[in-house]
Amino acid sequence: MSTAAVLRRPKTGTSSDIAIDCNVNKIFYGNFLAVRDSAVPIEKGKITGFIGPSGCGKSTVLRSLNRMNDLIPGFRLEGKVDFLGQDIYAKGIDPVVVRRYIGMVFQQPNPFSMSIFDNVAFGLRLNRFKGDVEEKVEHALRRAALWDEVKDKLKASGLSLSGGQQQRLCIARAVATEPTVLLMDEPCSALDPIATRRIEELMLELKKDYTIALVTHNMQQARRVADVTAFFSVDISKGGRTGFLVEIGDTNNIFDAPETELTKQYIRGEFS
Amino acid sequence: MSVQFVVPGSKSVSRPPSVAAYLVDRTFFFIAALGALIIIALVAYILWEIGGQALPAIRTSGAKFLINTGWDAQRGNFGILPQIWGTLYSSLLALAIGGFIGITIAIFLTQDFLPPRIAVIFRTLIEMLAAIPSVVFGLWGIFVVIPFVRPGANWLFEHAGFIPFFGSSLSGPGLLPAVIVLSIMILPTVAAISQDAIGLVPYKIKEAAYGMGATRWEAILKVIVPTASGGIFSALVLGFGRALGETMALAMLIGNSNQISLSLFSPANTLAALLASNFPEAAQPERQALMYAALVLLAITLVVNVFGTLILIWTSQKVAKA
Repeated sequence: MSTAAVLRRPKTGTSSDIAIDCNVNKIFYGNFLAVRDSAVPIEKGKITGFIGPSGCGKSTVLRSLNRMNDLIPGFRLEGKVDFLGQDIYAKGIDPVVVRRYIGMVFQQPNPFSMSIFDNVAFGLRLNRFKGDVEEKVEHALRRAALWDEVKDKLKASGLSLSGGQQQRLCIARAVATEPTVLLMDEPCSALDPIATRRIEELMLELKKDYTIALVTHNMQQARRVADVTAFFSVDISKGGRTGFLVEIGDTNNIFDAPETELTKQYIRGEFS
Repeated sequence: MSVQFVVPGSKSVSRPPSVAAYLVDRTFFFIAALGALIIIALVAYILWEIGGQALPAIRTSGAKFLINTGWDAQRGNFGILPQIWGTLYSSLLALAIGGFIGITIAIFLTQDFLPPRIAVIFRTLIEMLAAIPSVVFGLWGIFVVIPFVRPGANWLFEHAGFIPFFGSSLSGPGLLPAVIVLSIMILPTVAAISQDAIGLVPYKIKEAAYGMGATRWEAILKVIVPTASGGIFSALVLGFGRALGETMALAMLIGNSNQISLSLFSPANTLAALLASNFPEAAQPERQALMYAALVLLAITLVVNVFGTLILIWTSQKVAKA
């Protein structure tokens, strides 16, 4: 990949309001068609929630936004994913570069087995950041609403924290390098209700600086935090289980005045 | 055996376990406990027996045995400092070489560099190295390794002999061929256990590293290997233990010469090789001295293993709580 095209740092103040323009025609794992026909524009400075029943491909689509799916053998995407005007699937683009600009928070809290400080500083060191690392780490931990709880034990292992704290540590780790977009893949599914509430508050706070795409299996969570909601469903008609986008719109519209019958049924809780 | 537990009027098919089931339970516990006890008793017995036979030598030579450098059966003058030096020096060098290669192989075989099927073949091949008898390694060392390294070694001695490591010529058996063969012998141990340790790193940790935009080598060196460091450390300790006790191949390759030298090309000796080559013809005072040497070797390996375990517990605790 020595000739890898360089993904340029996006200019601020581009005219468009779309951070990631995702136009998925088809996503395959080997011969298996996992997702079809899903055009999900991720708008700048907003939280876009992905909801839908299990197997509907919402996580698959999210993970194709920073090329995490490239880790899975047999993954293939047909379509286009434009990140601030650049196709991240264009020939010669190194997925590693994409992931440095589009951060990710996962389902399970996954801090590294190193100190709290080193966890947050990981991305800074990876990007050969030359400035004041301590200041950046403190800033990121404050952004993640974790600073007050850990400021006296920055040398302690990240694994010594509770589940909710670990997840906020992972958020701090992701935002330390100030990526443009933050992808969150069911970030609260392993957490208790109190920790979940804290993360949700945090998302609303982070929205001021970051564009967020959030996968959640919890409809209420989408309703509480998402500005835009995309509803996915799963098509079992052709024998396989292929996810697709049913409807996308302002969260209020999706929940109060959905256009399709499928969305109505899902919102009413008739299937999940 | 206990109070009957009765649920009146129950139509359930549930029944208490049968007497036979309880009996099997007890028997199994008894067998397991017996097995554990036998192991402990065996270790104690070996220590007792060797210690008892070494006692006269311990009485006559005492601690001087550890710092004397001569081995003279006629005069009854025994010392094992050169052997201790040779054992530790050769094992450490072998650990450096074999450990490095073993860990590299473990990374190579676990991080999707190869198609899974070929990785399995590689893994099996490396494990087969462990099945090669020590004496075969020794023969291979004599007929292949020594002729192969001799020209290079002697060139180094002639042109860079002022460096202590190259300070003598390699005339035949010596430290270098012994270390090369020893490295290969501990490699399967280090590689297999390191592979298991690296394989235990959860996928979510790798995902986190790649999600941060780490390249493959950054993910491996900064996240995956440090996460597996406890297990890799155990692999190195076990490999070192194996190197300390290795006997036959070393007795054939190291030259059995009681001298202390930094030079990689000079012949040396190890405790295990000393025992193997001197025991068959040893008469009484020497036999006792050999038993004493065996006790020292046992103590060294025990100390290494205990320290290794302690460091492992200590580091894993640091990771767990801290």
